[in-house]
Amino acid sequence: MTRNLSVARAVAWRTLHNVFTNPSLFIPQLAFPLFFFTAFAGGLSRIRHVSGFHYPLGYTAFQFVFVLLQSAAFGGVFTGFGIARDFETGFARRLLLAAPHRTGIVFGYALAALCRWSVTAVFLTCVALAVGMKVGGSGVDLPALYLLAAIVNTAAILWACGVAMRLRTMQAGPIMQMPVFLVLFFAPVYVPLDLLQGWIHSVAAINPLTRVLEAGRGFLAGSPTQVAAAYGAALGLAFLFSFWALRGLRKAEAAG
Amino acid sequence: MTSTFDQVALLARRSVIRTWRQPAAVVFPLLFPMLLLAVNSGGLRAETHLPGFPTKSFVAFALAVPFIQGALFATMNAGTDLARDIESGFMSRLSLTPLRGAALLAGQLGGVVVLGVIQACFYLLVGLAAGVRPAAGILGVLVLLVFAAFIALAFGAVGAWAALRTGSTEAVQSLFPIFFVFLFISSMNIPRNLMATTWFRYAATANPVSYLLECVRSLVITGWNGQALGLGFAILAIVAAVALSLASYSLRRRLVR
Repeated sequence: MTRNLSVARAVAWRTLHNVFTNPSLFIPQLAFPLFFFTAFAGGLSRIRHVSGFHYPLGYTAFQFVFVLLQSAAFGGVFTGFGIARDFETGFARRLLLAAPHRTGIVFGYALAALCRWSVTAVFLTCVALAVGMKVGGSGVDLPALYLLAAIVNTAAILWACGVAMRLRTMQAGPIMQMPVFLVLFFAPVYVPLDLLQGWIHSVAAINPLTRVLEAGRGFLAGSPTQVAAAYGAALGLAFLFSFWALRGLRKAEAAG
Repeated sequence: MTSTFDQVALLARRSVIRTWRQPAAVVFPLLFPMLLLAVNSGGLRAETHLPGFPTKSFVAFALAVPFIQGALFATMNAGTDLARDIESGFMSRLSLTPLRGAALLAGQLGGVVVLGVIQACFYLLVGLAAGVRPAAGILGVLVLLVFAAFIALAFGAVGAWAALRTGSTEAVQSLFPIFFVFLFISSMNIPRNLMATTWFRYAATANPVSYLLECVRSLVITGWNGQALGLGFAILAIVAAVALSLASYSLRRRLVR
């Protein structure tokens, strides 16, 4: 266990050092969520006038929750790109040789993804509050929102890690990114679930991210809803993808 | 290589075949805009209930977006391929041949335009299958295809200039987020007159991408709108003229024999 932790700490430190000392990696992770927040909350704010839209905190807060969860998921995926790059440069193979407990490598990348996203989350929250986002939740509600997003971040990095360790090339980027993009956008992004119509409503209704998104919006508004379903979905995904990532690690080991 | 025309044809053919051999370069520009169209037209359908929204079909409204995303992919395709030629030394070997610089640029962009038109046909077919009927009729569809070709030429020239200026694929790919910002801070998802946030409406009004979208949208939704068409084509003409001039200048410097 101690050895696992020391491997995880070393991998996480290296990954974070790479991200925070390289502007081409650090700036997009802050700029992209900010830019989506601006485009959705700013450009589409008229949607609050659509009949049936009843979110009490307004459209900025409604979109903030989506962008926060999106930044969490993509924070995981972007860390997955780093894993693929490590394989392409040969670093990951040296790491596999040097690590006494290789499971720590996966933990390390997951820890790095979480730390990396924490910076984005703080930045995004500050910007949202600065532009006048209303917050209804307090006490347990807000930490519950961020904890939910952190679990989504962990699920996403474990998914991306599994892909990166199986394919071991940067060309796997779209395979890591596209399913996450689809799962996120097939949730009620722009309007509540009740206002969606047709096939998108059917897809959103069975999408596990819908529960997470609606619970997140409930937490921010101070009226928690579907909490058990949301945590169940997020933890379920993280649990499932932890097997996926660890199996990926075994495949990378077998590939040599 | 006997004439400039032969040189252009050969290089355009190489450009098309080269793109065709990279599945990601073909599939992604076709699939990604369609996914975004599906997601947005489903998620934002409620927007059509807003008073003043120009159509009852959000698919018809959103169909303009893939055409402009085509510009983004044209930039990336033209720029990345040219930058790879520079990085791999192919351009240096070309500079030892009697190839004309103009032929190199025209050939590269010719291939990008062909792919741009193929993409546009695909987007239109998907739109038709989803029940969109262009208000400007058959002639409007032809104008739309000419517009798509012009977009590919203008933005392909931007990509070519970036490649010739920097000689780096990474530098060309770094243009992607910039174009993405321009696309999202525009009238991509809602008409400018319905934007409630004042600063966003000003930003979208100052953003030339809004007028490119509105040009396509006018042909699909309202029919013939001289102002929208004029603005769209004028913006493309300016982008093409400036980008081609800069690319030609950079090419002359790069092909010093």
